[in-house]
Order: sequence, then structure tokens, then C-alpha cells
Amino acid sequence: MSASPTIEPSFLFGRLTLEAIPYHEPILVATFAVVALGGIAVLGALTYFRLWGYLWREWFTSVDHKKIGIMYMVLGTIMLLRGFADAIMMRLQQALAFGGSDGYLPAHHYDQVFTAHGVIMIFFVAMPMVTGLMNFVVPLQIGARDVSFPFLNNFSFWMTVSGAVLVMTSLFVGEFAQTGWLAYPPLSGIGYSPYVGVDYYIWALQIAGVGTLLSGVNLICTIVKMRAPGMTLMKMPVFTWTALCTNVLIVAAFPVLTAVLALLAADRYIGTNFFTNDFGGNPMMYVNLIWIWGHPEVYILILPAFGIFSEVTSTFSGKRLFGYTSMVYATVVITILSYLVWLHHFFTMGSGASVNSFFGITTMIISIPTGAKMFNWLFTMYRGRIRFELPMMYTVAFMLIFVIGGMTGVLLAVPPADFVLHNSLFLIAHFHNVIIGGVLFGMFAGIAFWWPKAFGFKLDPFWGKMSFWFWVVGFFFAFMPLYVLGLMGVTRRLRVFDDPSLHIWFLIAGFGAVLIACGIGSFLIQIGVSILRREQLRDTTGDPWNARTLEWATSSPPPAYNFAFTPVVHDLDAWWDMKQRGYTRPLTGFKPIHMPRSSGAGPILAGFSIVLGFALIWYIWWLAALAFIGLIGTAIGHTFNYNRDFDIPAEEVARTEDERTRQLAQVNA
Amino acid sequence: MSAHTTPAADHGHDHAHAHGHDDHAEPHGSLRGYMIGFVLSVILTAIPFWLVMSGVLGSTTATALAIMGFAVVQIVVHMIYFLHMNFRTEGGWSMLALGFTLILVVITLAGSLWVMYHLNTNMMPSVHDMRQMP
Amino acid sequence: MTQASGTPASGEAPVFYEVDEHPHPEGHSTMLGFWIYLMSDCLIFAVLFATFGVLGGSYAAGPGPKDLFDLELVALNTSMLLFSSITYGFAMLAMEKDRVKVTQLWLVVTAVFGLAFLSIELYEFHHMIAEGATPQRSAFLSAFFTLVGTHGLHVTFGLIWLVTLMVQVGQRGLVVANKRRLMCLSMFWHFLDVVWIGVFTFVYLMGMLR
Repeated sequence: MSASPTIEPSFLFGRLTLEAIPYHEPILVATFAVVALGGIAVLGALTYFRLWGYLWREWFTSVDHKKIGIMYMVLGTIMLLRGFADAIMMRLQQALAFGGSDGYLPAHHYDQVFTAHGVIMIFFVAMPMVTGLMNFVVPLQIGARDVSFPFLNNFSFWMTVSGAVLVMTSLFVGEFAQTGWLAYPPLSGIGYSPYVGVDYYIWALQIAGVGTLLSGVNLICTIVKMRAPGMTLMKMPVFTWTALCTNVLIVAAFPVLTAVLALLAADRYIGTNFFTNDFGGNPMMYVNLIWIWGHPEVYILILPAFGIFSEVTSTFSGKRLFGYTSMVYATVVITILSYLVWLHHFFTMGSGASVNSFFGITTMIISIPTGAKMFNWLFTMYRGRIRFELPMMYTVAFMLIFVIGGMTGVLLAVPPADFVLHNSLFLIAHFHNVIIGGVLFGMFAGIAFWWPKAFGFKLDPFWGKMSFWFWVVGFFFAFMPLYVLGLMGVTRRLRVFDDPSLHIWFLIAGFGAVLIACGIGSFLIQIGVSILRREQLRDTTGDPWNARTLEWATSSPPPAYNFAFTPVVHDLDAWWDMKQRGYTRPLTGFKPIHMPRSSGAGPILAGFSIVLGFALIWYIWWLAALAFIGLIGTAIGHTFNYNRDFDIPAEEVARTEDERTRQLAQVNA
Repeated sequence: MSAHTTPAADHGHDHAHAHGHDDHAEPHGSLRGYMIGFVLSVILTAIPFWLVMSGVLGSTTATALAIMGFAVVQIVVHMIYFLHMNFRTEGGWSMLALGFTLILVVITLAGSLWVMYHLNTNMMPSVHDMRQMP
Repeated sequence: MTQASGTPASGEAPVFYEVDEHPHPEGHSTMLGFWIYLMSDCLIFAVLFATFGVLGGSYAAGPGPKDLFDLELVALNTSMLLFSSITYGFAMLAMEKDRVKVTQLWLVVTAVFGLAFLSIELYEFHHMIAEGATPQRSAFLSAFFTLVGTHGLHVTFGLIWLVTLMVQVGQRGLVVANKRRLMCLSMFWHFLDVVWIGVFTFVYLMGMLR
């Protein structure tokens, strides 16, 4: 414990004292200096260019699903840098801590680093990116003007930001959890983690969880109720299908996380005995419950990636997706099966042969629909005219890497094998294999694919390919050694090593992490270079890839109202069908369009949530009470606003559409 | 493949056109419906309380099964008469959501009990009775 | 292959966009969205029930259900919630007929029954804690207080919402938005009643049988 856990809480500041600021830790002080300087530079630039008003009006309070989607992606990218910083620190520590060396990270710091890495990568990188892409793409893909509950969408985003802010705060005020990313009790109980780390964990996830849940409800309603006429369920684009299943999983799984974290909080704050070792509590119940959320969470992340790969494969092979129906059924089957496998995360707990074999078999069954998907993608590519643009490259890399990860997963699903491999580096290699090769490559493919739609220009291909090759090669260097180490029996979360024969593998893994760092750097350079060269990369057609689904039917970036006239769908690949059968863009007859109004209530509510979370973490009860009253008051106050939408006048629609007509004429000229 | 592979498949179109009519399709129940629901609920609440308080069935297991049966019936009554559930509301999506949720509730409850029961019998030092554990 | 069902007969130009469209009316998804939210809430309760199911027998040598529960009180409490359900139903029927005063009256009656339910529950909790059966005493009591208390918290939020809606109906009358909100609260309220069926059966009655 860095700061003393025995502080007597004061009324005014709770447990918060100057000791909570880790000024005696040089690494954190340096980090803080960098973050503070960077932050001041950004804030200064925003003030200098007078962008605050613009940002507040056009972005922070916006209920436009496209802008909210982009903000989610920005959040995910920023948090990716933080999460990766943690990763490379771990790799460095493990590469150094041999031959009697203690490495450079003290235990309490190292433990926070690996916990923060897991929490950030799952909750504040993968989740925002998945949600962001769904937010941006789904309404466009189904021919809708916005989501079902536009204000709620904005509120959800800001709640996710609140959670991220709390996690970041823990870096400089107090500490983060030292428990591993799922905070198993009794280690995460008040007895063994008396200070604020686990409380940061609990409240950051609870607040972000509210956002995730509401965004799930929102997108389900959007897909169910707002599809363009003619778009029956079996004519829905595959990405929309996977988004629907993902959001069903979110709505069905996140309440479990909320409840189990609430029980853990009750144990820590009021001394109940759910997961304690005394008075009849049972820590294993926590493990059981959190994995009922945890396993569906895995599919929440991977299903949208499957959807992206499907869209990318059919677009860049110039073919209709092979086996659309089987793809849909595979997705639905995975959705349901994902609830029947949670025990494979704790085979070693000791539930016995009957329970373990049930969950082992259900786990293996999941590989069947996943395998079906893999063959569908392959058959889509078969005899297609494949264009190896960046999204397609990521797709091919995904198919290669994900199959390896899938096979090691089936290996782990065998209970006797799992007794050997449980919590070893083999497991770490397995899930990084599927998350990087599946989810992250999916996100990168999606970003490269839809970037021109969002901003009106393509991403620079050279730096994209640099990033791609660094990522792919770096991945193999970083994680294949972990498979080897896992088979040799090395367990996860170790800080120092005695056996010198293991050293070489950790050095290779560290080298891989450096390559991945180059990959992330190239990705950032790619974005910077593309923005600078945007005129050369400009796409005025709105359909730079000769794509197939409705989002490509409108301009890039799409107008606020997405479609001047709601499209009517006749075929699965609606836009392809329109192109094939001589669709002509309507040039006259525009009508006023009904749109939702921006609202500042979302960021304000999220602000109160940050204060509430912070006050609860530090036992500042008066502040918690005030923030809670503010939260409820603002929420109730918001319901008294009945004036929530407006009409975009027909003249403005006509102006926007005429501008697009001119652009298209230039392309054709 | 045909567009009608799933039962709910053809609702997408209906909905896109039926805005404005949805609200009127929402049933709100009638006085008669509410009264039937209320009377049934009172009966279905009173019987299990009476069964437990008087212990007429003798066997604990029989009583437990009976009151669980009554609870299930009463939940169905509430769903029909108070929450107005049917297969038509929202083009069947409400019922689909309810069905899916019920499956998950059963998985969560039964799964947790099953897993934890086996854990306790396998791992606890005193195999016979958890209640004597401190 | 390329011919999809729904393609118009050849020669006729297909319609690719709606010239004369009706915008989605405000709140067209609200009822479905709120129902889905309730389903997620249902899963929170499922977790609490599962926890009670697993830990409900761990008394840690402390008091058990038979020492603590007063079934007559629980029956009284149940009747309060049941009455509030039917009175909310009456409010909805009055709302259908656009009778503001009658609607408000039934909402007040519902609120009174809801308050009575909460008061009885608080009395029960107070009584148990005074006897030393605190949430900290055993895993059984932790699970009991959390499950029943979470239901009580929901009722509390329902009451706050009810009062807010009464103010809004007072201000604007039974406009479409207010009717929609009343229908949402109706679902919420009846949903809590359904959860309570689980609570009195699973926690109280089954507890007495353990």
C-alpha cells in the first residue's frame, strides 16, 4: 500500500489527504508532468482558437449519432494509449526482473499496472470503440435519421467518459485496484484492500456501466423500430445484425455486473458478508456471478467485429456475402450459447466432473457457429475480385490469427487441460490472440473502412500498411512466446523470475511489444498525415469503396439528417441493388425534416456522476449527498423540458442537397 | 433466401409504415380485466400464505412445490391482466424480450445454484450440512 | 441470385425512396425501450435472487427466517402493494378517458398505498436490526436485506417518479407525452409487483419452510 490505509476519515475531506498524491513515486510524477503539460497545451490551444463554444454546441451537447460515435472513437483511442502504456511497462518489468533483479516497478505499483491495463483495455478501449462504430454506422445502415433516443445516446457517452475520468484520476490521486481486472474477493474485500483502489474500480465501472446499458437499450430500439421500409430482418446488413445481438447481450449481461459490483460495494462499505470468509459469505459466488457477465462480454466485443469483417469481405471481394442466412443464425446461436459457458473460466474452482464437463462441452459447441462464419468469409473471397485495401488486409490477418486463438481456446475448454493451463501465460496468450486478432483488428478494419464516410477523405494507405505490418508481426513476437511460457508452467501476473532459462522468451515478447508500439505510432501518424493530405485523399462520391449497404448512399460526411428522403429497401445489399438498377438521386421536392434538439443535460449529469463517484471513493459523504441530489434534481429537471425537437427547413435541406449535386457533377465531369 | 425465414421477419416493414398507429394498438386493459386480475391475485396470494401458516400439507417439500406453483401462476396473471402482455404488442418484440429474459433468469438462478451446490459438496470440509458452518 | 423477393415486375421502375413520408412521432420507441430496460432490471433481481438462493442458508449461527419473519406483517405488506397495483390500474383507465382529476386522485391513492408498503417494510427492517439481525450478522441477512431493500429502493424511486408525473400532469394535463410517461410508470409499478411475488414466495414463505 503506497499511502497509509489507517487514516481516520475527516468530515470535510474523508480519506483524502495530501499523502494520497503519489509525489514520492518518480514514475508517476513524470507521467503526471507529461499529462499535465499535454493537457495544458490542449486546453490552451482550445482557448486560443476559441473552440470551447464550438465544441460545446456542436459536439459535447450534440445528439447526432454520428458525432457521438466519433466521440466514442476518440475516447477509445486516447484510452488505448493509456492501456498500452501499462502493457509496455509490464513487458519491460518482466524482461528486466531476472537474475536477482527486482525490475523497476515495486509490487504495489506493478499490481496496479496489470489491473489498470485489463480494466482500461476492456471497458474504456474495446467497449467505446465497439459502441462508437455501432452508433455511427447502424442508423446509416438501416436508413434512419438518428437513434431511437438521441438524448439518451449523448448521456450514455458522457457516463462512459465519467468512468474513464475516474480511472485516470486514480493515477494521480490515491491508487488503482491491485486485484487483477475482475477484482476477486476476498483480495478485493475491505480486509485485504483497505485503501481506495478497489473503490475506484467499482465506481468507475458502475458509472460507465449505466452508459453502456442505456446505449444498448437505445440501439436495440433503433434497430427494431427505425429500419427503412422494406428492410425486413433478413434483409438487414450483417453488421446491423451483429450490432443487434451485441446490444441484446449488453442489456442482458451488464445488469449482472452492476448487481455483483453493488454486492461487492456493500461488502466494502457497509460490512455485509456476501463474499467474505466469515459469517457464511462465499467468495466463489462472486467468481460465479461476475463470469455470468464476463463471458457474454467477450461476445459483446467480438460480434460487431465479425459484422465488420463480413461487410469488408463482401465489399472488397465485390461479391454478395456467402451464406448470409447461416451468418445470421450463427450470430444468434453464439448470442444464446454465450450464456451457457461461464464456468469454463473457473474449472479449477472444484465444482466437480459433472459441472465441468457440461460447461466444457457447451464451450466447444460455440466453435461450430464460429467456424461456420470463418468458412462463409472464405467462400465470399473465393473467386471474388479481391482488392487488398487496408480493411481487407486486416480481415485476412484476422482470419489467420483468430483461427490460432480459436484452437487454443478449444484446448482450454477441455477441463483436464485447463487444470494445467489455468491462469498460466498460455491463457494470457489465448485471449490476447482473440482480442487483438479479432476485436482490435476488427476496429482497425472498421476505422479504415468507415473513416471516409465520417470525414469525407480516405486514410493514408502507406502509414496504414506500416501500422498493419507492425501490428501483425508485433503480435506474433509478443504473444507466441507467452504460449511457450504458459506450457512451461509460468503463471500470469508474476513480477520477478528466478529461472534464467525463461528470460529469452520474455525478451522476445518485449521486442514484440516495441513493434506494437510502432504500430500504434504509425496509426497515429496515419491519422495526422491523412488530415494534412485530406485534399489529395478527398472522396466526393460518398462511395469510395464501391460498397453495398445504405450508409454509402448518402454524402460523406453525411448531412445531419442522413438521408433527404428515407430510402426504400428491396434487397439485402440495398445500395448495390440501387446502383445496379439505375437509381437516380432525387433533386427536388425536399421537405422539412424533423430532428431532435441538442441538450446539455448529458454532460452535466455525467459531471455530477464523477463528483458522486469521487466522493464515495474518498468517503466524503456530504459531497456524495450533494452530488446525488444534483444528479436526481437535474434528471427530474430535464423531464420538465417538453420541447425536444425541431424542423430543418426545406430550403436548408435543398441547399445541402444542391451542394452535393454540384460535387457529384464535378466527379463525373 | 426468402425474407420470411423468421416469424418476426415481416414486421420490419409494417412498423416502418405503422407509426402513429402503434400507440393505439397498445392495450390498456379494461375495468373488467383489472378486476379479474386483482381477484385472482388476491386468491393466489392468500392460498400460499395459508398453506405455509397453517401447514395443512404436512410435508415441507409439497408445500414448497405448491407455493412455487402458485407464484408462477400469479406472475402469469400479473403479466396478462396488469402488464397486458400478448404476442401482438410491438410486433411481438415485447414478448420476445420477455421470453429471452426468462430464459436468462432461469439460467442465472439454476446455474448458480447448481454450480455452487456442487462446489460446496465437493470442496467443503464438512460435507453434510452447510448450515452448521460458521 | 440477384433477384430478391419484393422486386417489382420488370419494366416498372422500382421505388428507392419515400417521397411522402411521415416522421417517426416522438416517443414511438419509448414503450419498447422501457420494457427492455425493465427486462434488464429483472436480471438485476435475478442475480439478487440467485445470491439469496446460494447464501440464504448461511446463518453463521445467527437468527434464521423462523426467528425473524412475521408472516402476518408480510401478508399485510403484500396487500398494500396489490392494492396500489389495482389503484394504478384505475388511474390508467381514467387516463384513457382523459379525466385529469380522477387520474390524479387515483395516483394519490396509489402513492398512499406505496408509502404504506415502504413504512411497513422500514418498520420490519428496524425491528430486525433492533433485535441484532443486522445485514452484517450473516450472509443470509446480507442477502435478505439487499434483495428486499433493492425492491424497496425501486418502490421509492417509483414514488418520486409518481410525484414528478403528478406535477407534470397538473401543469400540462394529459398530453401525449404525459400519457406515455404514465404508461411507462404503470409498467414499472406492475413490474415491481411481479418481483414482489418472487420475494414473498422465495424469501418469506420458503424461508419459513427451511
